[in-house]
Amino acid sequence: MDRIPILKVGDCLLVTIQVDMHDELAMSLQEDLTSQIARYGSRGVLIDISSLEIVDSFIGRMLANIAAMSRVLDAQTVLTGMQPAVAITLVELGMALPGIKTALNVERGMQLLQEYMDEGPEPEETDGSEA
Amino acid sequence: MALKRETYRIDVSNDVVRVRQVARSWAAELKFSLVDQTKFVTATSELARNTLEHGGGGTMTAEIVENGTKKGIRLIFDDQGPGIANIELALRDGYTSAGGMGLGLSGSKRLVNEFEINSEPGRGTTVTIIRWK
Ligand SMILES: Nc1ncnc2c1ncn2[C@@H]1O[C@H](COP(=O)(O)OP(=O)(O)O)[C@@H](O)[C@H]1O
Ligand SMILES: [Mg+2]
Repeated sequence: MDRIPILKVGDCLLVTIQVDMHDELAMSLQEDLTSQIARYGSRGVLIDISSLEIVDSFIGRMLANIAAMSRVLDAQTVLTGMQPAVAITLVELGMALPGIKTALNVERGMQLLQEYMDEGPEPEETDGSEA
Repeated sequence: MALKRETYRIDVSNDVVRVRQVARSWAAELKFSLVDQTKFVTATSELARNTLEHGGGGTMTAEIVENGTKKGIRLIFDDQGPGIANIELALRDGYTSAGGMGLGLSGSKRLVNEFEINSEPGRGTTVTIIRWK
């Protein structure tokens, strides 16, 4: 069975999605990433989607799941390279991908992850209603 | 009258990938803008997945249509699956009967110019969309 390659670079995992994924391939990426974060104790996950021509609600949910699961495993996820047309469409579809950090390109994404790893986990966000 | 018409089977998840590519190439042929192509292909992906996952498989028929000087693409997703008992509910943002995001119908409706759904419990579902150039 084909799989999306995951690259281990120091404390981070890097994924470049280059194909128009069918749904099972997307699901296996989600599983592979989660198990590798746990195995290597990775602190950051960078997913580059600059080659993706669409993100529909299935892929959007997969990306949100990866971010949520890596958070539980104490790793930060950054999504890089989303094409503007994809971002516009995602919002109109109704998927704003809350809680996912994004960066313009891989280089800036790596910087973001580095900052996160240097500083440690960010403080809990509050909605401002607490004293 | 359709200027061009093709029908494709949707039986496995790779067929969803294939009909996305069909939607892309037809939209490029009609010179849709990049954003319009992206919206159209995304709607195609949502509806084809519904045909596969909820309808148990079916077909997508693609047509190039004309209205005066306007050209557009009509896609008809058709299955003989369980149908939808409550269409109004199914069209609600976030409603899912199967652990999805519940954005396929409501979201794709926002991404196209015309959207029509016909469904009868026990007989199947037909969703027709048009995106004009
Ligand atoms: N072709 C279909 N056949 C039967 N039911 C459908 C079909 N398409 C959509 N539905 C129903 O409408 C609901 C909403 O669809 P959708 O908005 O795409 O959300 P999701 O696919 O994430 O559940 C589905 O959960 C399903 O109950
Ligand atoms: Mg759906």
